[in-house]
Amino acid sequence: MADSIRLRVSRYRPDTDSEPRWQEYDVPLRKEWTVLDGLNHVKNEVDTTLSFRWSCRMGICGSCGMNVDGEPKLTCGTFLSDYAPGPVMIEPLANFPVVRDLVVDLSDFMEKLPRVKPWIIREDDHRTVEPDVEYLQTPEELDAYKQFSMCINCMLCYAACPVYGLDPEFIGPAAVALAERYDLDSRDQGNRERLDVLIEHDGVWGCTFVGECTRVCPEHVDPASAIQRYKLKAAMETVKALLLPRGAR
Amino acid sequence: MTDLRLYRPRVSTWWWTRKRTYFVFVMRELSSIFVAWFVVYLLLFVYAVGRGEAAYQRFLDWASSPWVTVLNVVALVFVLLHTVTWFNLTPQAMAVHVMGQKVPAWHIVAGQYTGLVVVSGFVFWLVTR
Repeated sequence: MADSIRLRVSRYRPDTDSEPRWQEYDVPLRKEWTVLDGLNHVKNEVDTTLSFRWSCRMGICGSCGMNVDGEPKLTCGTFLSDYAPGPVMIEPLANFPVVRDLVVDLSDFMEKLPRVKPWIIREDDHRTVEPDVEYLQTPEELDAYKQFSMCINCMLCYAACPVYGLDPEFIGPAAVALAERYDLDSRDQGNRERLDVLIEHDGVWGCTFVGECTRVCPEHVDPASAIQRYKLKAAMETVKALLLPRGAR
Repeated sequence: MTDLRLYRPRVSTWWWTRKRTYFVFVMRELSSIFVAWFVVYLLLFVYAVGRGEAAYQRFLDWASSPWVTVLNVVALVFVLLHTVTWFNLTPQAMAVHVMGQKVPAWHIVAGQYTGLVVVSGFVFWLVTR
């Protein structure tokens, strides 16, 4: 194994650059080093002006997502040795506006997420329930939504989704997966409210089932599945509205 | 808040040539046109049969012309792609539960192929009997 690898890093400095340009750094190639370790080496030893987000280094916080060789990845779980002999191309997550270097602006997602009401909605209202009451669940009820609750909002699915790239109005994979997480929760009663949001044009129907969101998801959430299930629910509601008398819906 | 000068990247028209998975997706979308063509072809066929012997013969002559044959071979390839890709995607779209147990993905896919074989067998019997 060679003892170093070249990183081709996309740099964008908003005060001087009109568009991103490449800058290359050679970093030590060690078996246990991830792309994030390489970037931290650059930041600490070579070029302190390089900007990128990171926090936990263990695939939990979801802040170090970047496009590595064109593929959205959590850089803390992506090993440099898999890209030897290099160079490794490191770009900010695709489909998002770039703030600086590898840092992207997530405000679009922050605005979209609360629209699907990703919290437990109860018809009975908390005021009518005893303060210390517990909503118990069986292991089966937990299993029903657990997969969708693993989302860490890392935005890799948005970076992989060509629909979101072409039409930023699309609510996007993670938001739908999180809506499904609460819909499938036995304690929740908010299905109707979420469906009203997702049945709109920029909701689930924007999705053309490319499936790339599921392929890149580091937590195996399978947002593509959540979206298709929602389409099925939305279609069933429409059919019911057409066929059934008002009272039976 | 400070005024940010954001760089907004544009999606290239050729985005779908960048990755194999994107390319397969676009081909799958394109396959719908050929599915529609087979529907039109079948309707033309039924219409010709309905109008009698001479019209049926004219249809067969037209259908065996080189360009229709080439078109149908291309259409067949796309329809096969359409079938295989959509069959593979079905378990993702449908979470089927039987007696509280989630049905494994391959059971759903196998069920569809079984259906395809049964229907094809019936059509084959109908045509050749």
